[in-house]
Amino acid sequence: MSLEIKTSIIEPRRQTYSHIAKRLGEDKPAARYQEATWDLQPTTNFHYRPTWDPQREIYDKSLTAIKMEDWYSFNDPRQLYYGAYTIARHKMMEAEENHFKFIDKTSMMDLVSGEWQQKVKEFLLPLRHFEWGANMNNCDCSDKSYGAAISQVALFAAMDRLGMAQIISRTGLVLDDSTGKSLDEAKLLWMEADMWQGVRRMTEDSFVLKDWFEMFTAQNFCMDGVVFPLFYDYFDKEGQEHGGSALSMLNEFMQDWGKDERRWMDHLLKVTAAESPENAALLSGWIKEWTDRAIEAFTPIARHVLGSKADEVMAEIRTEINKRAAKSGIEI
Amino acid sequence: MAAKRKKKLGLKQRYSMLTRGLDWETSYQKMDDVFPYDNYEGIYIHDWEGWEDPFRLTMDAYWKFQSEKEKKLYAVIDSFAQNNGHLGITDARYVNAIKLFLTGVSPLEYQAARGFTHVGRQFRGVGPRVACQMQALDELRHVQTQVHSMSHYNKYFDGLHSAPHMHDNVWYLSVPKSFFDDARTAGPFEFLTSISFAFEYVLTNLLFVPFMSGAAFNGDMATVTFGFSAQSDEARHMTLGLEVIKFMLEQDERNVPIVQRWMDKWFWRGTRMLSLVAMMMDYMLPKRVMSWREAWDIYFTEAGGALFKDLERYGIKPPKYADIATKEAEHISHQAWHIFYNYTHAAAFHTWVPDKEELDWLSEKYPDTFDKYYRPRLEYLDKEEKAGRRFYNDTLPMLCQVCQIPMGFTDMDDPTTISFKVSEYKDDKYHTCSNGCKDIFDHEPMKYVQAWLPVHQIYQGNCGGSEMEDVLKWYKMNLGADNLDYNGSPDQKLWDEWQAHRTKV
Repeated sequence: MSLEIKTSIIEPRRQTYSHIAKRLGEDKPAARYQEATWDLQPTTNFHYRPTWDPQREIYDKSLTAIKMEDWYSFNDPRQLYYGAYTIARHKMMEAEENHFKFIDKTSMMDLVSGEWQQKVKEFLLPLRHFEWGANMNNCDCSDKSYGAAISQVALFAAMDRLGMAQIISRTGLVLDDSTGKSLDEAKLLWMEADMWQGVRRMTEDSFVLKDWFEMFTAQNFCMDGVVFPLFYDYFDKEGQEHGGSALSMLNEFMQDWGKDERRWMDHLLKVTAAESPENAALLSGWIKEWTDRAIEAFTPIARHVLGSKADEVMAEIRTEINKRAAKSGIEI
Repeated sequence: MAAKRKKKLGLKQRYSMLTRGLDWETSYQKMDDVFPYDNYEGIYIHDWEGWEDPFRLTMDAYWKFQSEKEKKLYAVIDSFAQNNGHLGITDARYVNAIKLFLTGVSPLEYQAARGFTHVGRQFRGVGPRVACQMQALDELRHVQTQVHSMSHYNKYFDGLHSAPHMHDNVWYLSVPKSFFDDARTAGPFEFLTSISFAFEYVLTNLLFVPFMSGAAFNGDMATVTFGFSAQSDEARHMTLGLEVIKFMLEQDERNVPIVQRWMDKWFWRGTRMLSLVAMMMDYMLPKRVMSWREAWDIYFTEAGGALFKDLERYGIKPPKYADIATKEAEHISHQAWHIFYNYTHAAAFHTWVPDKEELDWLSEKYPDTFDKYYRPRLEYLDKEEKAGRRFYNDTLPMLCQVCQIPMGFTDMDDPTTISFKVSEYKDDKYHTCSNGCKDIFDHEPMKYVQAWLPVHQIYQGNCGGSEMEDVLKWYKMNLGADNLDYNGSPDQKLWDEWQAHRTKV
């Protein structure tokens, strides 16, 4: 039996904003994501040119070679707007926080072999700087991109990368008993160790890319397409053999985040490539170039951690990236 | 075996370890290529490490606090919609303040989000960058929650249906739009001075507080809940504003005159934009919070006075023309309302002549000016309307080249003479409404000659056609519903029906 509470109904005069109704095709109730995203960005009648770059408008489609008829055609499959975003991330972080607490309470990190702890300091901790680079690139893309749909995703990603840099840093603090010594050493490796110079060079080169869509693809599809499986799947498995369960637990946030990012990136590339053969060709070129660079840059680190298995693993990762690209309609 | 004693880090130390060391001096690319925009404004920074983090939030804490606030806020927004919250407001005239907010202010929140994203990438110090990124995210929150909470009003009232289009095109909305375009096209340090300091720190109490208190006084639970929820974000933003100023002033004394000029400029530009808030406070709230004059005295003269006293030790003086702005507080709301009363047939909100009780309130709040200059005019307009001759001005006004407000403001010492100033640039004449705006123009004429002035654009035929009706349709206004006097509007008619229905037993 259902109870029906009588309420006074006043017929609304319209269901949603006009620009939302236009995109929905009719005046019907809209999702929160839609109202919070569509047409939010100004598009015309800008009053002044940026004094820091007078060639461009404040919002300018020509800052990438990618051309879209409608910059709201790729909606986020996760439907993230600010509220949904913070709630989702807090949930992930709550689990992560429990892992940190559990590891602290049980002194579980002591079960990890000393040898592997040292490895972790060498491969995982310097990655916090790579994450910071990813923060910068996503922030830059959010700034230069066109339309609120992609710009907000890039801003969310930028903040996520800062968050992950901080999770990695906290892992360092667990390993060095909160002295911060491991973080200083990791920075030295990032700056000077041969093994890391390829990654640092690639990261710095990506900072100065002119085309933001290329930067977006290079960072979030190619570099991340290597980093997330390599560090959080393959290295993680390797760690299991050295009593690395504590570290596996701490990887959970990054593993979940990587999956979340893949959903959006694959969708973005699919829609963008389907728009025109020119777009598809641009994406194909960028993916080829930056996947090559990312594979090359991370190979020394893979070898350091995985030894003789490294080349095979890198080949598998490349195959997976190519497969994802092909699924999005992009031939490499 | 004794348990290992674990070290516990203090908040400052923890934040520093998790955040401050993340950046590095690039060597494969030049730092100046990675950060091309943070040194062309003439600001000298010797030590980015000298930046004091204004709020030491790590992302875990950010997600936690913000998600909790969001859950509460959306619960209220949902309940407001479910229970026909719009019926609980004092009077449908109040909704016109919401219309002005959604079309004039919410789009600025989006601009702020993008502006802070820009500077959040461009500063070479990690401290300011992280603070700016968090503010960018907060600003996105503000625009999205505003769009969501006002969505319910859009279902029942006119004038709220096309905010993005209107913000880009409609004449009076070029006032807030050009303000933010001006800030966004400035360098990163000027952007922070304009938005974080002049706007968020010095003037925010004159924008945010009146709107949110107005909402509370007028039964608008959705908006006031948003206001409370955003308060802690705003407190963070204000701290950032003060920190950036101190940082610039402490780094090099050559920064002082540049910062002073920005403060002068953005104070003036801010007060001009706030004339829209002034008229909202004095005229659009059926239940008034306080007069614009009172708000000015408390939030600018007193609070701002203390602030500038504090900055004196750096060699900073109160903003130029602060005395004029204080004089204007006696007049500006009345003059602005009168401009909109003239042109409300071309606006997406309604105007009206206040009723007798409201006029008496204004007389009481403005004893030196209201009865002398403004009440007789309003009473005359009321008489005309009642005689079937509601006055609408059919000519288009000239706009100030800088603030873009129609040139209807007067000389403050002579409130019957329109104030206007003239500058010449490359053989053309440019008009501004005040010495404050003229100074801004004269310092950067090459910037302000670019302004997209709505009236010029209409006359050049770029706004839908040559007839008023063509232009209004191009603005996407629903004629006879969004525009014209409140009396006789569909909003009024429906409101009266709902009220009649509510009182019936």
